[in-house]
Formats: sequence, C-alpha cells, structure tokens
Amino acid sequence: MADEPAVEAIGLEKSYGQVRVLAGIDLSVPRGSVFSLLGPNGAGKTTTVRILSTLVRADAGRVRVAGFDVVRDRRAVRRRISLTGQYAALDGEQTGEENLRMTARLSGLSRREARERAAELLERFDLTGAARRRVDTYSGGMRRRLDIAASLVGRPEVVFLDEPTTGLDPRSRQAMWDLVASLAGSGTTVFLTTQYLEEADRLADRVTLLDAGRVVAEGAPADLKRRVADRRLDLTLVDPAAYARTAERLGDTAVLRDPDRLLLGVPTDGSAAHVRALLDGVDPDRDTVDRFAVYEATLDDVFLALTGRTAARRTDGAPAENAATTAPAATAREETTRV
Amino acid sequence: MSDTTAPRAAAPGALTRGLANALTMAARCTRLSARNLDALLTSLILPVLLMLVFVYLFGGAIDTGTAYVTYVVPGVLVLCAGYGAATTAVGVSGDMAEGVVDRFRSLDVGGTSVLAGHVVASVARNAVATAAVFAVAFLIGFRPDASPAGWAAAVGVLAAYVVAFSWLSAAIGLLAESPEAASGFTFFVLFLPYPSSAFVPVDTMPGWMHGFAENQPVTHVIEALRGLLLDEPVGSAPWLALIWCGGLLVVSVAASAVLFRRRTA
Ligand SMILES: Nc1ncnc2c1ncn2[C@@H]1O[C@H](COP(=O)(O)OP(=O)(O)OP(=O)(O)O)[C@@H](O)[C@H]1O
Ligand SMILES: [Mg+2]
Repeated sequence: MADEPAVEAIGLEKSYGQVRVLAGIDLSVPRGSVFSLLGPNGAGKTTTVRILSTLVRADAGRVRVAGFDVVRDRRAVRRRISLTGQYAALDGEQTGEENLRMTARLSGLSRREARERAAELLERFDLTGAARRRVDTYSGGMRRRLDIAASLVGRPEVVFLDEPTTGLDPRSRQAMWDLVASLAGSGTTVFLTTQYLEEADRLADRVTLLDAGRVVAEGAPADLKRRVADRRLDLTLVDPAAYARTAERLGDTAVLRDPDRLLLGVPTDGSAAHVRALLDGVDPDRDTVDRFAVYEATLDDVFLALTGRTAARRTDGAPAENAATTAPAATAREETTRV
Repeated sequence: MSDTTAPRAAAPGALTRGLANALTMAARCTRLSARNLDALLTSLILPVLLMLVFVYLFGGAIDTGTAYVTYVVPGVLVLCAGYGAATTAVGVSGDMAEGVVDRFRSLDVGGTSVLAGHVVASVARNAVATAAVFAVAFLIGFRPDASPAGWAAAVGVLAAYVVAFSWLSAAIGLLAESPEAASGFTFFVLFLPYPSSAFVPVDTMPGWMHGFAENQPVTHVIEALRGLLLDEPVGSAPWLALIWCGGLLVVSVAASAVLFRRRTA
C-alpha cells in the first residue's frame, strides 16, 4: 500500500445533462509529488477535482485516493485529503482566526488543539496581524492564504488546490508557489489545477493536459516540451530577398516560417558550438541574418501543437493573442511544424 | 514542516461527531447572525412595529371582548417567530451558493449538522426578538397572568414552533435557486398568521375561511399561547400545536436531508 499512488483514476466520465464534461480520464499521481492538471476554461478541471475529492460522483470510472475508494470509503478519503476550491470557502463575517478554529473543530480537534493549530497556521501564513479582523476586510491574496491555511488544518496527506493562483498578483503568486514547494518538501501530495502553463512548468513533477474533457498529453513538463521541439534558433533576416533565399536553403529543416516578420526557426540543442555552426551555415557571408534568439519551448507550444489552439490565457492573465505579440514566444505560432 | 502524514485523530462514533459538528455550526451561525446587523435589526424592529400598528391603528376598530393588546400579543409573538424562523431560508441558501458548503462536506460534516447550526441560530435570534416584543408589550399595557408552569409551557410551544418552522425554512432554502428567492418565503410565512385567530377572532371571517383558519397550525399555537399566558383554559390547543410542530419538524428534517444530498450531488 505504501507505493500505491496518492491519486489514481481510471476511465472517469461525467456528464451534466447533454454536456459531456469528462469523456474518460485516466490519472495517476505518485505519493509526495506535485501534479498539475492543466487546461483552458471549461476543460473539466474543477469537475475532476470535485470527483477526486469525493464531492461529486463520476458517472463511470474508478478512483482511489490515499489508498481508498472515493465512493466506497468516502469517509476514509475525506479524513486524508483537503480541498481548496476555485472560490474561497470562508465566512466573510468571521475573523480569520474564527474561520480557522471552526475548521479545526470540524476536523475533530479539541478546543485547545484548535486554538493552537489556528495560531500556528496564522503565523505560518503571515496572517497573525489580521487574525482578529473580519475576512471581508482581507485582500484577495490574504483570503487565498487563509483559505489554504484552513485546508491544512487537518494535516491532509493529499491537498487539492483548484486554481490557487488565479487572480493573485505576481508576489502573492510567488508566495503560493513557495508554499506548494514546501508542502511537497514535507511529503504532502499536491494536486493542483491551473490555466497557467508557466505555473505547471514551475511546480509540477507531472502534468496532464486536459482539453474538452479529454487528456491530450501527459508527462513531466520537460518531456512534454521535448515533444514539440526542445529548443529552436530563431533567425530574423535582413530583407525579404534574404528571407526567400535562406528559406530555400534551409528547406525542411526550418520548423518555423514567418515571412511577414522575416523569421525562420531551426532546431538546435542550444549549445554555443551548434548555434555558431548553424549561423555559419545559413549566413556564410554574414550579411543575411539581422538578429537571432534561442527559443525554449513552453507548455504553450505543447498545447498549441496538441490541440491546434493556444491555451485560453497566459501567465499574465491577458488573452493569448495580445500577449503573443509582445513575447518572443509569439513566433512559435501558426507555422510551427507539429512534431 | 509538520504537515506530513500523521493521520487525524481516530473517528469517534458518527452520532457523537454529528452532534459536535452541529454545535460548531451553531456557534458559527449564531456569530454570523449577530454580525449581520441589518437583518438583526429588521427582525427586532419589524415585530415591534407591527404590534404598535395593530394595537394603536387597528385595535380601536376591533372588538375582541378584551383589551386588544391582550388579545393581539400572542398573535404578534407568532408572527414575529414565523418571520424570524423563515429568515433561516436565506442563510441556508447563501451557504449553498458559496464554496463554504464544499469545505464542510470535504471535512465530512453532514448536511443535517449544517442545517442544525442554522436552526439553533434561528432559535437564538428569535429568543432576542421575542424578548423585545414582550418588553414593548409590557410598556403598552400587556399584563400576562400566567403561572410559572404556564410560562414554561408557553415558551415550550413557541420554541417548538420556531424550531419546526426554522427547519422547514432550511428545506426551502435548499430548494431556492438564490438567497433572494429564499427571502420570498419569509413573506409567505409572514402572512400565514393572518387567516388565523392571531389578530381577529375567526368567527368574524367569511364562512369559507373558517375551516382553514380554525385548523391551521398557527391557530393552535396562538390559542395555546393566549390561554397559557392569560391563564385561561387551553383545552387541547397546546397538544395540537406540539403535534403539528413535531410532524412538521420530522417531515422537514427528512426532506432537507434528501434535498441536501440532491443539491450537493
Ligand atoms: N453542475 C453543473 N451543471 C451543468 N454543467 C456543469 C456543472 N458543472 C460543470 N459544468 C460544465 O462542465 C464543463 C467543465 O466545467 P469545469 O468547471 O469542470 O471546468 P474548469 O476546467 O474548471 O473551468 P474553469 O477554468 O473555468 O474553472 C463546463 O462546460 C461547465 O459548464
Ligand atoms: Mg474550474
């Protein structure tokens, strides 16, 4: 039982009326790891989390969490997990401390234990100063922290976090990332959902990409990125004539062609020797390449390659289209050769 | 960090836990009620105002054979209790609309414990409102004449009414799509005492209403209160009131358990 996965789901299906929300999902999360379920709005992330955390029953499929079946041994599962939903589960009219003590009491702690645990968590989440203030006076970030603190009251083995950083500013997001890392460091299994590719990349040992209720890819972030083309040398040519000539010379090796921006991309391992050799090969007279950049594939590229669409949103929360025009990653659009 | 795999304390019996959870939820809901000043003031001021309206505006025109204030106070008490109990629907509906119920469920807190918390808070709110109505009633000349046993019985009947209607309201709160819709129910309950002996004797009403007005639960509760507080013969009214309330409570608890499961499926 010790090496049984923390979360194991086989063939999960769920429909609401006519809408097929999950169309057969398999997941496996090793104990003590950080797992990220990644997908755009409406992909079915929340639905999956609610099934795994016993709140909703799947139409079909089998789920074991922390070694127990979520339907048959719901109680046992609930004692070992916690859920922090997409929207904060706090009472605005209670203080932070009252919210935590209430949660502690509901987890079966005695009055004294509850008081101590609340104080400990407030301290750890840097909320001691606001402990006696009503939660409806908290900022979004403080609320998020308190919500997660509340979910840790019962020392869960598996922590489910549904979009923990949505709506947080960069600093609060960084703090959340540190928290996830420290949870993982202490042996807790973390299952988080996100729309942010960078976040999954940063935090997760394994990622599953969900799109319209189906798993479209699965693996370590690095493996996924490798499936698209690990690194790429992007060359900006000096003029259209140079572009045409170089494009012809590169032929099939170019994985990116963008005539409008005079941009060509070729695979590289990123080493100086390789880049130098590529440049010399493409531009022996040193007069056709204006500038170059070594571009590292992101999960965005994976998503694009696997679904034909960009993920709904990027890490800065702006729509992909707008963000793309400013980021270097923009070049990895339409014409990227699917690998 | 200490948040590792230490399991939570072994689970005690389901009933003990359910009771402990209900107490925690009761503390929560009472605190929320106490901090929701607008709603609290409404549930205090509304019944007092209604009583003043009845006694001073309508009272002169209504002949009940006694001082009207003496006749009407039990009716106002029940009106106020019904309204106070009905606001439970708003609280329950609010909880269901927010993520907080998911948190409770993931902590394995049952629906009945959650609702019991709301009902206890409702009883607490009503105790305060009832005390206010009594105080004002005294000021304007209401002089009850009950024995200690009569007082105890009157309080018991009123409490049974509040508990039963609060739990019914909790069930309504589970049915309502939104807290706003749930608050519509408070109006319905507010009107329930009118076709009863609360404000005017039933025999002054049109004949076709007698059947309903004489037998609806509110009438039994009011007759029981009136008799007990004024130390008059009550007949079977207290028992009929308790049977009504008991039946309503059983049905409401069962229905709300089913509704809770359905709402959270
Ligand atoms: N209770 C429900 N009744 C009907 N449809 C539902 C219900 N819950 C979810 N859905 C539908 O299921 C689909 C997936 O929803 P879900 O909330 O799981 O997506 P998500 O990946 O969490 O999206 P988001 O990023 O917006 O949170 C959506 O189309 C949604 O409308
Ligand atoms: Mg969601």
